[in-house]
Amino acid sequence: MANTKLHMTKAFTTGIGYRLLALVMTLLFISPSYANASETGKEGSDFDVKEIIFEHLGDGYGWEVPFAHVYRIPLPVIVRAEDGSWFCFSSADLTEVEVVKDMETGKEHKTLLPVIKSVNRNGKEYRFIIAHVSSHKDKLVEIFDLSASDQKDLDAKLAEAGKGDAGEGAAPIVDGYVFFNGKYYREYRPLDISITKNVAALFIVVVLVTAMVMGLVNYYRRRGLRAPRKGMGFFEMLVGFIYYDTIKATLGDKTRKFAPYLLTAFFFILVMNLVGLIVIFPGGANLTGNIAVTLVLAVCTFVVTNITGNKHYWKEIFWPDVPLFLKFPLPIMQVIEVFGIFTKPAALCVRLFANMMGGHIIVITLTLLIFIFAAFGAAVAGAATVVSVLFSIFMLLLDVLVSFIQAYVFTLLSALFISMSNVHEEEHHAKEDKDNPTLEKKDEDEIAADKARLGEVAAEIDLK
Amino acid sequence: MELFTPDFGLVFWMFIAFIILFLILAKWGWPVIIKMMDQRAGTIDQGVEDARKAKDQLDNARAEAQKYVKEAQARQAEMLREAAKMKSDIIEEAQAEARKAAQKEMEAARQAIEQARKEAELQFRNEVGRFSIDIAEKMVRTQLRSDKAQTELVNKLLDEIEKN
Repeated sequence: MANTKLHMTKAFTTGIGYRLLALVMTLLFISPSYANASETGKEGSDFDVKEIIFEHLGDGYGWEVPFAHVYRIPLPVIVRAEDGSWFCFSSADLTEVEVVKDMETGKEHKTLLPVIKSVNRNGKEYRFIIAHVSSHKDKLVEIFDLSASDQKDLDAKLAEAGKGDAGEGAAPIVDGYVFFNGKYYREYRPLDISITKNVAALFIVVVLVTAMVMGLVNYYRRRGLRAPRKGMGFFEMLVGFIYYDTIKATLGDKTRKFAPYLLTAFFFILVMNLVGLIVIFPGGANLTGNIAVTLVLAVCTFVVTNITGNKHYWKEIFWPDVPLFLKFPLPIMQVIEVFGIFTKPAALCVRLFANMMGGHIIVITLTLLIFIFAAFGAAVAGAATVVSVLFSIFMLLLDVLVSFIQAYVFTLLSALFISMSNVHEEEHHAKEDKDNPTLEKKDEDEIAADKARLGEVAAEIDLK
Repeated sequence: MELFTPDFGLVFWMFIAFIILFLILAKWGWPVIIKMMDQRAGTIDQGVEDARKAKDQLDNARAEAQKYVKEAQARQAEMLREAAKMKSDIIEEAQAEARKAAQKEMEAARQAIEQARKEAELQFRNEVGRFSIDIAEKMVRTQLRSDKAQTELVNKLLDEIEKN
């Protein structure tokens, strides 16, 4: 058990380690240049690296149409308002495209602006908006006009916020209030089960995985035992690799019971990872780089591990085989073990999340380099483009590898945790004995040789 | 940061999506695929085993055939040898027979010849006897034509008797 823990943390630290290092280096590389850019160039004024990165990593109520930044594929928004009534409307109602004309250059460009979606129901008006200047940034909130008590509360909070920095122009973010079009509203974050971009992508992945699996099943139905070729063959090879070399090798005779869960998890994660790497429409959703997704997966493993855990597993946790003073008056080992129950799936969750998110951040950052360097003139921008494209391609290829590795690691570790909670004591010992049959044999041989030698000595003594 | 706080909606849908996917695949997907892969692996193993057995059998059969061929060849050689021996025996026998027959024939011929010769001899002797008697008669007649000669002869014969 200790061994696996060590192994886990090692994989974890190396995985995250190199990504963080790369990320830090990239950011170090950017920061001064970005500062310069904003000092020298006026174009840099509306260019916020952090915001762009998080916009790409985050969720959204609409799905960007390929190559048209302002247009969104509308998706259903499903929310429960403060008074408990449910609403379902199109995400297209929450934004509108506005054409802005630049006064100096005369060029037109389009921006996406949030608008208030107002619904009248039973004589009551419900208003929703995608918050910007709010603690729920980019999330849907229900807004209310300020009542007298709200106004008082807001003024107090504003005064407190104003102490720190003299906010000139920009309205400060106040907890519980949203600033929109020059006015504060009281906000309420409704229960939000909208089909957001990530949820839609999730469904697409479910359909894809189902199609892949059912395609293979149909193939078998049509062709019987003939081996599939090409894509189907590759898919089958993957299934075989995961099933025989990972799950069966870890779980042994418990394989049948847990293989469906582990195989589903593997292919779900793998397809999510790969779809996340595609930049435009069917992809582009950063699924496994979102902690909600990995959290659910880790919770599933946690539930499976602990629900199926046998007596021996729980005994190992509450009465492990360690010297008495480590577990009796003070339950030191118990605390550690119980903690371990939760850290294992937590590590699963964070590993997958951080690895995938790190990959996405690096690729986005590399792409942004082009725009950051654009301020320095054509030559620099050109060179930066070449370098950044090359690095991006390299990183994306690496991410394809990481996609597979992370899906594999998740499956392998899940299988390992499940096997730990399901292995019988007898089996364990039997296995150990079976592992070293030669050693025992050797011992027996040595004993036999010793006996023979003693016999000879005894005989000699007798003779004398 | 929003990235590190799981969003309820996404957790909710993720859970539903994953459970649905799991149920579908656990019911109709994985068992079929795994069964098929196991079956195929089994079939291939069986096939390999069968092929090995078939090869063994073929090898055995070949060895057996070789054995039979050798046996047949041996028998053939034996038969040829026997036939050759028989042939020579027959020839020898025939020759012996022939020789015997020839001998017999010759013997008979010889006897006949002997017989003939004896008869001829006898005849010849008789003939010669008669001739010699005739001759002697004639000689005696000629010699004893004179009385003197007759007396002389009687004397001489008498002498001879006397002497005895």
